[in-house]
Amino acid sequence: MVQIENLSRHFGSVQALDNVHLHIEKNQLFGLIGPDGAGKSTLFDILATLRLPSSGTARVHGFDVQTKANQIRKRIGFMPGQFSLYQDLSVLENIRFFANVYGVAFEESSPLIRDIWQQIAPFKHRPAGKLSGGMKQKLALCCALVHKPTVLLLDEPTTGVDPVSRKEFWEMLQTLKSQNITTLVSTPYMDEANLCECIALIQNGKILAINSPAAIVAQFEFNLFGVQSAHSNALINPLRQFEKTQHCFAFGKMLHLTLKDACATEKDIVEFLEKQGHKNVDVWPMKPGIEDCFIELMQS
Amino acid sequence: MSTPSIQAHQLVKKFGDFTAVKDLSLEVSPGEIFGFLGANGAGKTTAMRMLCGLLKPSFGHARVAGFDVATQTEHVKKNIGYMSQKFSIYDDLTLKENIQLFSSIYGLSSLQTQERMKQLAVQFGLEDKLKSLVSTLPLGWKQKLAFSIAVIHQPRIVFLDEPTSGVDPITRRQFWEMIFETANAGTTVFVTTHYMDEAEYCDRVSIMVEGQIQVLDTPQKIREQFSAQTMDDVFSLLARKKETPT
Repeated sequence: MVQIENLSRHFGSVQALDNVHLHIEKNQLFGLIGPDGAGKSTLFDILATLRLPSSGTARVHGFDVQTKANQIRKRIGFMPGQFSLYQDLSVLENIRFFANVYGVAFEESSPLIRDIWQQIAPFKHRPAGKLSGGMKQKLALCCALVHKPTVLLLDEPTTGVDPVSRKEFWEMLQTLKSQNITTLVSTPYMDEANLCECIALIQNGKILAINSPAAIVAQFEFNLFGVQSAHSNALINPLRQFEKTQHCFAFGKMLHLTLKDACATEKDIVEFLEKQGHKNVDVWPMKPGIEDCFIELMQS
Repeated sequence: MSTPSIQAHQLVKKFGDFTAVKDLSLEVSPGEIFGFLGANGAGKTTAMRMLCGLLKPSFGHARVAGFDVATQTEHVKKNIGYMSQKFSIYDDLTLKENIQLFSSIYGLSSLQTQERMKQLAVQFGLEDKLKSLVSTLPLGWKQKLAFSIAVIHQPRIVFLDEPTSGVDPITRRQFWEMIFETANAGTTVFVTTHYMDEAEYCDRVSIMVEGQIQVLDTPQKIREQFSAQTMDDVFSLLARKKETPT
């Protein structure tokens, strides 16, 4: 549904996208995971035919972004990173406006938007500018779906949105999966990666890895340990001095520690810490998450 | 016991007939890292603006660094640092020039500025980049700079509004290590975040729902109270909000 080959884009001396290859299958929920400045929005702008590549090709629905922009625009729904609805129009007026622009009628019961509409309908007369962050995003999604696109492009729909509203938004994306729609969604939140069928990790314009979340985690090469004490943060610097340590970072109430030495065990870690005077420390081997993988890939 | 850095007593803020903050009371001790959590629209920013002396409370009172936020706003502002989500640093100045600019705004002498710059450069690893234009640096460096500027005048309390939004996982952790160092040196840190793993880095956290603090304790005690594995679970239980149609 989306095919990207050797795609690069620079702005002056800044390489926003560097030789990107990406294939998204029909009806896939595909996540583009990376921090601000990784190149995610540039990629979205190219796929939405708002910017041209510097080199390489991108096709959406089989149409080339450089020569068939009009065909693409009819078939995509695009939700840009900046909230771009009319703040002083009501919820309903915004939806009707977008329906009009696309020359379609707004059908509340269309399977694509029925669930979302149910959630925002109670606020249909409220100006868009007076909705909460989570509700604004639901309205923007509704507007992006009103013309029944087959490819949905969502650029950071959950950035700055609180954890509860983020979950609700992802629940909606899951229900869309059964509606014959291909979705590309970007996010800086690593925990959202597991909700996608396939993900690409992106940093500094380069793709670090593409695969299913489970396969990316399976490729993690190091021994990972969880370390916890009453004052876990006080152990970060000592553990970084440990000769066998690859990396040590805080992860909520615990630390995640990767070791260079594949044979080293939790015993070695405890022994080292006890020699330094740190008692009552729990250390256990653990399975990595997407965030661990991202950290390792960033540094390799 | 030293006097609290922040003391808020039954703070209320109304905008017309809408009550953004209802009856907010809390105390934060010197050197404490206090996480101020809540859903979008829960009233966090309004509360923070009152504590910074930028917005007058409708009712109640609060003292920050010992000064009344309603009547002694200038004293409050001199004793606090503030880093907003859209941090205001100058892209077309170097790191060094930005630091010099803000330290002169805070009235530091050039000798004090030099000393502070040296300290911060060593503490936060800015040395290599002092002469670089801000516009040429990645987001992570800009955040380090914005934080350095927020603490340039050695405030007793620093307020951080979602300081780590959107940065990569390593930069996010490096930023927290900066927070730990600052708090260890005695500065009080008052921070908002949407990353629930970061709530665990705080000494105590509060969760605000619809203008009111629903829970305030150490992350561990809060998890125990709700029999939850993670702060994310607690947050979901509390903050699942009831948005009401008009």
